[in-house]
Amino acid sequence: MNLLFIIFAPFFGALLPLIFKQASRPIKTGITLLVPILCLIVLFQYAPATLAGEVPKQMVEWLPGIGLDFAVRLDGLSLLFVGLILGIGLLIIAYAHYYLSSNDDESRFYACLLLFMSSMLGIVMADNILLLWVFWELTSISSFLLIGYWFHSSDARRGARMALATTGAGGLALLAGLLIIGHIAGGYQLDTVFAAAEQIKTHAYYVPALILMLLGAFTKSAQFPFQFWLPHAMAAPTPVSAYLHSATMVKAGIFLLARFHPVLAETELWFTLVTLTGLITMLVGAYFALLKHDLKGLLAFSTISHLGLICMLLGIGTQGAVIAALFHVINHAFFKAALFMTAGIIDHESGTRDMRKLQGLMSLMPITATLAMIVAASMAGIPPFNGFMSKELFLDQALQQHLFGGLSWFIPVLATVGAMLSVAYSIRFIHDVFFNGEYKELPTKPHDPPRMMSAPVVVLALLCIAIGLAPMTMVSGILDQAASAVTATQVQVKLSLWHGFNLPLLMSAVAVIGGILIYMARDQLFTFNRQFDGQDAKHNFEIIVQKISDAAANFYERLDTGSLQRYIAFVLISVIVVLIPSLSDLNVVTGGKPQLPVDMVSMVGALVLIGAAFATATLHRNRFVMLTMLSVVGLIVSLAFAHFSAPDLAMTQLVVEVVSIILMILALFFMPQKTNRASSGHRVFRDIIIASFIGGIVATLNFAILTSPFESISDFFLANAKSGGGGTNVVNVILVDFRGFDTLGEITVLAIAAAGIHKLLNKLKPFMPSSDIDGRPWHRIKHPLMLTTVSNIILPMAMVVAVYIFFRGHNLPGGGFIAGLIVASAMILQYIANGVDWVKERFDVNYQSLMSFGVMTAALTGVGSWIFDKPFLTSWFTYLDWPVVGKFEFATALLFDLGVFLTVIGATMMILSNFGKMTTRHRPTHEGH
Amino acid sequence: METLYSVTVGILTACSVFLILRGRSFPVVVGITMLSYAVNLFLFSTGRLTIDGAPIYGTQEIYADPLPQALVLTAIVIGFAMTAYSIILAVRARGELGTDEVNQQDNSTEGNR
Repeated sequence: MNLLFIIFAPFFGALLPLIFKQASRPIKTGITLLVPILCLIVLFQYAPATLAGEVPKQMVEWLPGIGLDFAVRLDGLSLLFVGLILGIGLLIIAYAHYYLSSNDDESRFYACLLLFMSSMLGIVMADNILLLWVFWELTSISSFLLIGYWFHSSDARRGARMALATTGAGGLALLAGLLIIGHIAGGYQLDTVFAAAEQIKTHAYYVPALILMLLGAFTKSAQFPFQFWLPHAMAAPTPVSAYLHSATMVKAGIFLLARFHPVLAETELWFTLVTLTGLITMLVGAYFALLKHDLKGLLAFSTISHLGLICMLLGIGTQGAVIAALFHVINHAFFKAALFMTAGIIDHESGTRDMRKLQGLMSLMPITATLAMIVAASMAGIPPFNGFMSKELFLDQALQQHLFGGLSWFIPVLATVGAMLSVAYSIRFIHDVFFNGEYKELPTKPHDPPRMMSAPVVVLALLCIAIGLAPMTMVSGILDQAASAVTATQVQVKLSLWHGFNLPLLMSAVAVIGGILIYMARDQLFTFNRQFDGQDAKHNFEIIVQKISDAAANFYERLDTGSLQRYIAFVLISVIVVLIPSLSDLNVVTGGKPQLPVDMVSMVGALVLIGAAFATATLHRNRFVMLTMLSVVGLIVSLAFAHFSAPDLAMTQLVVEVVSIILMILALFFMPQKTNRASSGHRVFRDIIIASFIGGIVATLNFAILTSPFESISDFFLANAKSGGGGTNVVNVILVDFRGFDTLGEITVLAIAAAGIHKLLNKLKPFMPSSDIDGRPWHRIKHPLMLTTVSNIILPMAMVVAVYIFFRGHNLPGGGFIAGLIVASAMILQYIANGVDWVKERFDVNYQSLMSFGVMTAALTGVGSWIFDKPFLTSWFTYLDWPVVGKFEFATALLFDLGVFLTVIGATMMILSNFGKMTTRHRPTHEGH
Repeated sequence: METLYSVTVGILTACSVFLILRGRSFPVVVGITMLSYAVNLFLFSTGRLTIDGAPIYGTQEIYADPLPQALVLTAIVIGFAMTAYSIILAVRARGELGTDEVNQQDNSTEGNR
């Protein structure tokens, strides 16, 4: 069997209750119980090795690139916690079987519980600190699900949210801390980290790392000032509280302190922070525990208090303190789980948890009362129970430390006060509920629960007694190894119930007497505290959360103004801000490449281009004029391509220009013909500044590029176009052969855009003017005779030209793109000249299909090369002899280009014909004829 | 020549940016279209300027860089798809909202938030 099984069994086991959702509850409970039992069996196979001082390990690579391996270990500390998690988990499942009402969905409960169990096991067994963090966050999430189990109750939801927000935020701090530690140590394996202990403690980043780690631990373990979430997590079902707040969730923080004890502890800072936090938490928790009227509230605060105690011991950090801390982890898990279960039983049987309503239950539920007394005595630290021993050890440690110099005495004094309060609230738990006068009327008349429901409590109570009576047999073995792991030295634990008459014993006695006195004076305490009633942690927490989210909404409101102008200006200004510094670093803009002489044609072309661009920008209020100017720009660009040795580009640009201008004129029909003056002079000025900057940057960059010499990878294409691709037009060979995959992607994009436009036009209710801008109605002749006649002649000519251009494309300027666009523009002319219906009568082609067919042809051509065991889109060519025509070349690239050709026709026609149809369909009736 | 070329591209860019910053959809679309011309010219020029050097075998002594040409060719077609899409979007927005303003109108803010 495998160590990993212990983590994965509950993780995947969480699915079992959900799979067997239809089964009855006993079956589901049985299945769920099976999971921790199997894990315990596996654990028992490994435990002897661990107890003998070995550390069983296992590792599976997960994400080695970032140092995250699925590595687990089972040292003494892990064993202690794994045992608690599995053992108490087992009891909790059995208890929940009886606790949950028939309305509760036990499948979901068990699933969340097992998931939680798995993540806790992951934390304590992780041998990689990043893995530890992954599970740490998983506990936050799964505990959120558990605390919010009764999601119909707003308290449960709020409590769950609060726990998630607090522990989740702590988790992020922890991640930062772990990354720093991993960085210093040079690895994320625990052994690497332990080996670098000295480096870490002396490193400059030790302080931030420590603080971040402590933030993680303190939020999880509800240490002051993060204790506020824990009482609100009591909205969870009691089995959850019993599990999360005795053995698991809150102990994760303690575990973290213990796990990183060898690398972080024994420094001044550690001692001060951890000890004082623990001390304050212990006192605050104990004080509030006494004041709570709710049984679970009392237990919640007492949990906080006891966690503070453990935390303080870890802060002191001597070998004895560590032993005491670990011992108390065990004891607290046992008595607190039992107390929560008892509180649950009382709640379950009597219908209330309010100590002001409950009294005199002793006569009605004697068994529960007896069990409660045993475990409460353990919590109070009364001999001969286990709690007594760890409390004695704690008091002893408080006495032995001398860490605050002359002021060290205040620690044992305050520790005794804490113990006193602990006694007081333990008495309250027992006395208020089971004694304190005769039984009063309650929602339901209580009686002892079914025997099986109290069985888990019996087990825990017996453990409390057994450990108390025979500590060496029960726990010394595991404590030896756990303390050795924490202190990184060999430890031999000696425990006994009786230490002789000494100072700790005296302090215990004082605590018991003081506790009784405090309890008797509790009414004064309640009165005193009533003046602080306005304070509610949940309320405060929500105010803070509300403020943060308001601030975020406010910020968002400012950022997201709904103004496209502002967004674009923002983006452009950022571009300027980012680019200006790096451009000013560029000292020499002019590279070494000699410039070409300026010829007359270029000069005129450039001037026309510049003029047209300015005209487009300045005359934009008259939109038709603007479009005309834009077409001039497009034409000159096409000429520029022709001039600078790019005939393919020139042809493409020319046809695209035609098609896009037609499209825009069409669109202009649905838009206002003029723009009213909308922008203020101020804004226009700002925009001119931005535009000039961007233009300047682009010009500078372009100049820098143009004048610097360069090496191109194109020599390869130039050398191999004929031999490898079988064509002499290198640009076309690149498109359909060398970089065919790009082209395939590109025609796909074109097709997607066309499909998107098709969707946009669906059910479009466009704005339809019935006259032009000056109020003149549209001309009544829709299809001028001249245009109709000429277009009819042009169509076949255009087709022939297109076919010619297509076929020569591989060797001379041309190809699928250009040919497709030529056909499309000729077709569009038919639509313009003769109308949609006329074309449809004569040429009824579904352009969507044509387009899809084109993409498929291109793709299948590529796939075809697989048949010949060649990579996707490998081309093949040969030379054929065709009578009359002569020898010509046939290449599979031609087939690919055919796909491009069809896609371009399909997409262009789909866009334009669909859009054009709108004008016919929606044309107002009173015009024409 | 290079100076002239880059100055022209810069001015073309500046004019497009100015148009893109307008408050109505139609000039914005025209601006985007014109910007795509400028970008195409810019990308094309990364292969440097060559006169009489079309990369077709047997026609020239020195060939122009064919790779930027191939890239720009596809860019032109994609640019057309983008222009088409944005112009139809503008028409649709005009039809749905009754205005061609590109900024969110206050009366429609409440419902959309």
